This record gives sequence, C-alpha cells and structure tokens, in this order.
Amino acid sequence: MRPFTFIAPETIEAALSASASSEKAHYLGGGTNLIDLMKEDVERPSHLIEVADLAHQEITKTASGGYSLGAMKNNSDTANHPDIRKHYPLLTMAMLSAATAQIRNMATNGGNLLQRTRCPYFYETSMPCNKREPGSGCGALKGMNGNHAIFGWSESCVATNPSDMCVALAALEAKVQVRQPDGTERTIAFTDFHRLPGDRPEKDHTLKKGELITAIELPAPKFSDHYYYLKIRERSSYAFAMTSVAAGLELNNGMITDVALALGAVAHKPWKLIASEDFLRNKKPTSDNFTEAAEIAMRDAKPLKHNAYKIEMGKKAIVRSLTQAFERKA
Amino acid sequence: MCTSDKSPNEPQLTEDEAQVLDDLGLHGESRRRFLGRISAASLSVLFAPSLSSEIFGKSTPDEVVAEIQALLNEVQVNLKINNTVKPLRIDSRMTLLDALRERLQLTGSKKGCGHGQCGACTVIIDGKRKLSCLTLAATCKDKEITTVEGLAEGSQLHPMQAAFLKHDGFQCGYCTSGQICSSVALMDEAKNGEASYVSEDFTEVPKNLELSEEEIRERMSGNICRCGAYNNIVQAIKEVHTGQEQAPKWEFATTAQMQQAQS
Repeated sequence: MRPFTFIAPETIEAALSASASSEKAHYLGGGTNLIDLMKEDVERPSHLIEVADLAHQEITKTASGGYSLGAMKNNSDTANHPDIRKHYPLLTMAMLSAATAQIRNMATNGGNLLQRTRCPYFYETSMPCNKREPGSGCGALKGMNGNHAIFGWSESCVATNPSDMCVALAALEAKVQVRQPDGTERTIAFTDFHRLPGDRPEKDHTLKKGELITAIELPAPKFSDHYYYLKIRERSSYAFAMTSVAAGLELNNGMITDVALALGAVAHKPWKLIASEDFLRNKKPTSDNFTEAAEIAMRDAKPLKHNAYKIEMGKKAIVRSLTQAFERKA
Repeated sequence: MCTSDKSPNEPQLTEDEAQVLDDLGLHGESRRRFLGRISAASLSVLFAPSLSSEIFGKSTPDEVVAEIQALLNEVQVNLKINNTVKPLRIDSRMTLLDALRERLQLTGSKKGCGHGQCGACTVIIDGKRKLSCLTLAATCKDKEITTVEGLAEGSQLHPMQAAFLKHDGFQCGYCTSGQICSSVALMDEAKNGEASYVSEDFTEVPKNLELSEEEIRERMSGNICRCGAYNNIVQAIKEVHTGQEQAPKWEFATTAQMQQAQS
C-alpha cells in the first residue's frame, strides 16, 4: 500500500474542508472496498479522511412520511432497524443478501453507494482498464466477460455495479443527500446518482470532487407486504450476483396498483425497469403478465461474447421474484 | 590453520570460517572475490550512517521532503484490546490485524487472504464482528477490541472455545480463531433478533431467535474453512446456541439415496 496522510476530523465541516487538502484526498467509510483496492494498488489516495464515526448515524422519519438513512450508519444496523424491516423489507432483504455479517457491520450506507466494480480487469493492475487507467483500453470487452453488462455498456467499459443495496434503492426510488465542499446541500435522484460508462468510465457516479453523502432518503413506505430480492450467484452465500432482481408489488382488489422493479449485475448502474413497471401497473398479477414484463425488460439487452445467459436468466429471475413477491402475503 | 591457496590479500580467517568457505567450494580466485564482496558489505554496514547522510546531502530538496513526509504519516493511537490499553505509534497504513500480530504479539488473529474474503482475521469491535485485515488501526481509537485471546477468563475457556474443542470444529486450526470470534458475536446477533437473508419474514423478527442449521450456515458464511470442518463447526455453535448437547447428525447415504442423487 502506498503511503497516505490519515485525517480524523471531528465534524462533517472539518471533513469537507480536509477534502480540499489534495486532488487525491479520499473519504474513508468502512473501508471494506477502499482498503482492499489500496492493497491491490488500484486506489492511490494521498489523504484518507475518516468519516465513518461522524454524524449522520441515525435513521429518522422525514416530513414527507418517508425515512432518512444516515450515510455513516453501517449496513447491518440499517437493514435490521425495526422501522426499515417493517416498512422497507425489500431493502432489508437486498442488504442482507450482500457480503457477510463482518462486512455488513463495517460497511457504511454512503460507502455502499460508492463501491467500485468487481470486474477482474479493474482489479488486476497488469491488465488494461479504462476505469482504472483512462485510455488504457478495456480488457473485458473482448476478454472474459461472463459476468459483465448486457445493458448500457460502451466500447470503453462493460463493467457492472456490484451493489445489492443499490438495486433495492433504485426500485424504491430513493434520493441521495450530499453536502458540497462549501457546506451547502443538494439532492440527487437515485437513478441519476450512478452513471453509464460512455467515454468516461472512470466516473462511477455524479458526485463532484469533495462532495460527501450524508443521507439516503426513502419515499413514504410502499411494497412492504409484497416484496422479494432474488440474488442468483455461483454459491448460495457470500458471492456477488450474476443477476439480481428487486421486486415490489402494491395490490388492490386483485390488481397491481403499483410496482417496483430493478435488476442488478447487468449494467454500470442499478438497472431500473421502467417500461416493465409501466406495463404491469393496473394489470392482474398473473404469470402471463409477469412473463410479458420480463420480455419487455430484456428487449434492449446487448450481450457480450460470454454473458448471453444473463438474458434468459434475467427473464426467469424477474418472473420468479414477481411471483415470490405476489405470493408472500395472499 | 588456513587452506593452502590462501593469498596474501585474504583476510585472516578462523578455522571455522575457512571450513565454511571450503564447504561452499570457494577456492582461489572465487574465494578472494567472495571475501572482497563480504568486506565491502561489512564496510557499507559500518559506514551506513555517514553514507546515507551523504546521499541525503546530494539529493534534491524535493526528494528529501518526500522521504520525511512518508515518515511523518505516523499516527498515535491507543488501542483498547481485551480490556488493556496499548499505546502505539504506527504507520497510517497499518491494519489492525498487523498491529495485533506484529506489534502486540497477539498472534491468535490470523492473516488468511488479507482482502476480506476468508474471515480468519475476525475480531469483535464494540460488540460487532469485523475484519481486522480491512480495518486501519488508526481508525480504532476509543474502540473496545476483543480478540480470541480475550475470550477465556483465566484458564476457563469461553463456552464457544470449549464447544469447538469438544466437537472438533477444525482440522488445521488456521481459521479457528476467526470462526470462534465470529460465532461468539453471532450469539449476540441472535439474542438481539437480527434477521438474515434466509429469514422467513423481515417485517416481524422476534428477539432471542432460534437459529436453524441453515441460518447458522448463512450467518457464518464469512468464515471459510478450507479443511471443510463445517459440520463440526455448526454442531459446536448449535450446542452453545441452544444450550443442549449436540450429537453428530450425519450418516452414510443409503443405496436408494445415492441412486436418487445420481439420477
């Protein structure tokens, strides 16, 4: 690991101003991804600013009837907070599918949003990777791309976002609250937070230099009766998804009145299935409709050499997760 | 006392030293070359302080500053480990695991992968199981750290340690301290009523959960045992969790079961 200066500010304000100390200063949350990437020599920060023990540790009700998740709170306590389990069990289920108890205890909510791809070409510094080293090329485009994107990729990057939590947050239409270096706040819609690679794959998200995530805002509770997070992986625990689906249904009189649907591990960002959601609204929760929603979801998929399986797997996963969500409470 | 091909340039050797060189097959010219290098190396050790000050004197100011800044990344941290406070001055890069093992001689916590994939380095920080290999020691100020060395009370083993022994919850033992720390914390998570991915329902989770075998396996998935002692590990955890004696559950498959598995 390369040398860096360690800064432990006492306040958020001090952290914000410390971020101006260098172009290569980096906030440190739980460190489960960043410290690993520093050991791999992928991340090379000059300064680490510890923020995990600062304010924004709370889960509070918002004026609009939703909940605000403190960015510094850890994933375990967030997933298992009684209010979150009760009102947003889809989020709880997605968060608990991720990593292990040890890692969830360390990882912060803000950090979860900022975790970097698990593309092996990104991790291996002897390989070309436009995300790690802009202009060096994409090793995965013509290489081993079995676990890469089928949506939204570009010639310069085919990596996927590895988060489970973010798939549920995209489905639930959360918002990200950030503090700018000058102390002012701004709010980013969740689906605008992560970006597609285009020709700037080194940028995973739309945060500006020095901005710090302080909270994730959830809209008023929905989908708390009919929900399912299906995660398909190579082993049944402690693995990143090959494909995952966050599904939530609101039902009334045998009709779908509202639906939340997003895919994970298929794109550079959590992939919200807006067209499938639109199709399912005001329809009956039948297997034919679920199948049609899955067909719509995969209409624009563009597989690479080794990941065409994700199309069929994705369709089956969508139908299965919608069915599980529907059957959870009759 | 020395062998026949000793040259006038060769330094005085003791019999033992000469014997070593003979054993290495170093005679004549090669022996003189070897001794020449040895003395150069000894010289450089002797004069290292003056040599290095000369190097610093000659290098550009920028390089010197960079070198000193690297040394200045020292962090002072008081680590509270197993109820004892240990003041340490460390490089900012030092992980908690390395601080435990290399600086405090607490070698119970093991370095398996160093990347958060195996769980051998699991310790309990402020009551929660965490990975010491991905935790910077500098971030542990004012935190209560429990390692496997802190679980027993005197000679009285922690019930989980005793259960691992009783049920043979290991073979090589390398993952064991991580497995034990992890399962000790798991007992509290079950008491607090924390759900897991395989929980049936997330909306209503009671306190004092009774963990099924499937639940224990899911919740312990962060601790890899390459010997594959999982059955015995689960049995040990179950015994502590339920307070009831556990017997091995496995049995050989019947012919019918084997046929079904193969079809």
